Amino acid sequence: MSDNIVNFLHVTKKYLGQIALNNVSFDLPRGKIIALVGPNGSGKSTILKLTAGLARPSHGSVTVRGKSANRRIAGEVAYLSELDALYPFFTVEETIKFNAGLFADFDGQKAREILGFMQLEPDKKVRQLSKGNRGRLKILLALSRRAPLILMDEPLAGLDPLVRDSIIKSMISYLDLQEQTVFMSTHEVSEVEPVLDMVISLSKGQIKGMEEVEKIREQRGLSLVDWMKETLAK
Amino acid sequence: MSKSFNNTQPIYLQMIRRICRQVVRGELKAGEKLPSVREMAVQIGVNPNTVQRVYTELERLMIAETRRGLGSFITEDEFRLKQLREDLKSEQIGSFIKDMQETGFSPEEIVEGVRKKLFSTKAGKGV
Repeated sequence: MSDNIVNFLHVTKKYLGQIALNNVSFDLPRGKIIALVGPNGSGKSTILKLTAGLARPSHGSVTVRGKSANRRIAGEVAYLSELDALYPFFTVEETIKFNAGLFADFDGQKAREILGFMQLEPDKKVRQLSKGNRGRLKILLALSRRAPLILMDEPLAGLDPLVRDSIIKSMISYLDLQEQTVFMSTHEVSEVEPVLDMVISLSKGQIKGMEEVEKIREQRGLSLVDWMKETLAK
Repeated sequence: MSKSFNNTQPIYLQMIRRICRQVVRGELKAGEKLPSVREMAVQIGVNPNTVQRVYTELERLMIAETRRGLGSFITEDEFRLKQLREDLKSEQIGSFIKDMQETGFSPEEIVEGVRKKLFSTKAGKGV
């Protein structure tokens, strides 16, 4: 099997004539935590949706583990949406059970561990949860799956520092990078910096840079934020 | 804890340096077991791949060794540990001297300054 888990080849995506992605090509290596950074409207969510098979490219091809990305790959890809995708009338426990029924790779044991780690109350209704705890629950659902690819669209956005910290810690604790790859979009660059392997910077539907994070520090002596500014200024 | 890293230098190098210092200070003893990759990653808030790289690199430097199924351990090779102590000493003195010379101090001034600081002030004792 190839060392790459995701391949974009000359991908263009138009929404009603508006170009969201313009001839984008890249490969993602497996077993890494990779961030997608860039200003609002640069095409981050579009890339994640295409990777999840939830949208189709106007031109070019997107493959995940050698297969064309469409709705049938949902069993191999855990996708954490930017939007609130939880049912408010379920309790935390019911939400977990519902997802366990939905996905064959859902690991109930892991879900319970993360539940404890996140200090979520199983009997609480989703509608009664704070925004932070809803964010934690969404992460729990994504990390409980033994999916080879986990996609997260802005998992940290709008959450307070304590919640962001618990989410990052849970990623380190519960991801299995021997088997899993994470591809996430984020604005909170400096916070995720220590857990990243790679970063892709995106602007106006085009890739401006793609680099291993340690190389950015080692060869350029730049922090990730500085590198981002540099690539996006091009 | 991840905030204690300088974000313009590779994290794996900073971690290696940190572990070497702990060894020289005696906080990590010869033959002592290092935390598992996952434990270490969680403890200091970095990517497990980075920790794996640190352990591999420490092994290459013969400061740690991996025992199959058991984890990574600080080497029991006394000679290597002595050498590490000397290396760190020489490296730090070297960079101090370079700094001082670039600032325009003569060797005599440097030696005299160090001696004075170390032996004639109380502050020196704690260093």
